[in-house]
Amino acid sequence: MKKSEVPQDKSALEHFTREVCYVKNEEGQYDTALSTGWETKKVALDQAWEEIDRRINDAKEQVLKGEASPILYFMELKLMDLSVLAGYTKFWKWQIKKHMKPAAFAKLSEAQLKRYANAFDISVAELTNTTFK
Amino acid sequence: MKPFEHHQTAHCENGVTVSLLKQQGLDFMTEPLAFGMGSGLFYIHIPFLTVNNGPAISFRTMPGAIFKRTCKSLNVTVERKKFKSHQAASDALETLVKAGTSVGCQVGVFHLPYFPKEYRFHFNAHNLIVFGKEDGRYLVSDPVMEVTTSLSPEELEKVRFAQGALAPKGHLYYPKQVGIITEETIRKGIIKGIKRNCRDMLYIPGNVAGVKGIKYTANKIEGWRDKLGPRQAALHLGQIVRMQEEIGTGGGGFRFLYAAFLEEAAVILKNDELIGVSEQITKAGDLWRDSALQMSGIYKGRLTAQADFKASADILREISEVEKQAFKNLRALKL
Repeated sequence: MKKSEVPQDKSALEHFTREVCYVKNEEGQYDTALSTGWETKKVALDQAWEEIDRRINDAKEQVLKGEASPILYFMELKLMDLSVLAGYTKFWKWQIKKHMKPAAFAKLSEAQLKRYANAFDISVAELTNTTFK
Repeated sequence: MKPFEHHQTAHCENGVTVSLLKQQGLDFMTEPLAFGMGSGLFYIHIPFLTVNNGPAISFRTMPGAIFKRTCKSLNVTVERKKFKSHQAASDALETLVKAGTSVGCQVGVFHLPYFPKEYRFHFNAHNLIVFGKEDGRYLVSDPVMEVTTSLSPEELEKVRFAQGALAPKGHLYYPKQVGIITEETIRKGIIKGIKRNCRDMLYIPGNVAGVKGIKYTANKIEGWRDKLGPRQAALHLGQIVRMQEEIGTGGGGFRFLYAAFLEEAAVILKNDELIGVSEQITKAGDLWRDSALQMSGIYKGRLTAQADFKASADILREISEVEKQAFKNLRALKL
């Protein structure tokens, strides 16, 4: 990539930082240049977020229909998977899967709910009385 | 020891290596040199594993290896610690910072407040340097940022104990002692880095790592449209482009960074043949950029045919050949 060809497109990095790219200068030698972003990868990142939003909405539908507990919704909302959530809550993955069923969720103790709430950075009240944003 | 100075780099681990070693008086350190001595260039497509519901692909060597190898080659001994207890991790950092030591920390980016929200996934192999404390906040040099920043003790503890794959467990590290470094030490370090990188790109058994891994991905891509459906297949391609081009790579999946290293190596080793190989790696980097453009045609919905997936795969096959030839030439050089 030539220094003159470094893309300077609008991206999520705006107001945060510019990124270092390794490029060829006019003498044909390597140099660095700062870039604000590249549209080609911005679209890829935007689409990854659209997919996340789709998963969050799916989870919300399942909770509203009574097919899943709010744990599924918040796991998706916080971009987690079972391994990450198991790490933060210290529950086993199979326990989390169980707690994702509304019946098992209803039986969780205050202390257990607290572990989930902490993992999601919310209060127990927000977890049990989910108001979907 | 010198006062700490922030250096912005393409990749976080290179940046931590450069900044910490420069503070120790290793003025010659540059990002390409750290990357090359640490044999940073790689390719691997891990089968059966998914990351954020997409393919698990990496364009660089395993986290931690660049710092470790570069320090070893330069006779710099390293102290590193992981912790079970949050309190012990905070205390150890506090003691070091009070004593004036700049400390490298492995962190997760999900809770990193100064990162744009769009980049905050549960990615746990990010690195930053804590170089002081002022008004109760830790001073932070994050190598991918243009300027330094700061974190509260609570914020820092949270990112040091991020959970999930590659959980940092409070991991901290810093150069402890610098031995004697001669020009010969640097030359030997470069040669060792090059040899190890040739091995990693050409001779790892199996078909998922090194130049063979690029072909493996090419074959997978050809099957995605039918197997996953157009929407999921497009998301998979988007993930490849992000791994390849996102902040931290220097562009072209670290290939331009490696080509810059070979250019520096040519001067230090006084060997013009390395320039030729550098050109070949540059060509590979340019092809990676071309492939990103081609794939973006698919995930933008402009290209939808199986022939378009094949075209993406064919560029990757060409890249595999170009890199294979480049590393064979590199390996054959008398250094």
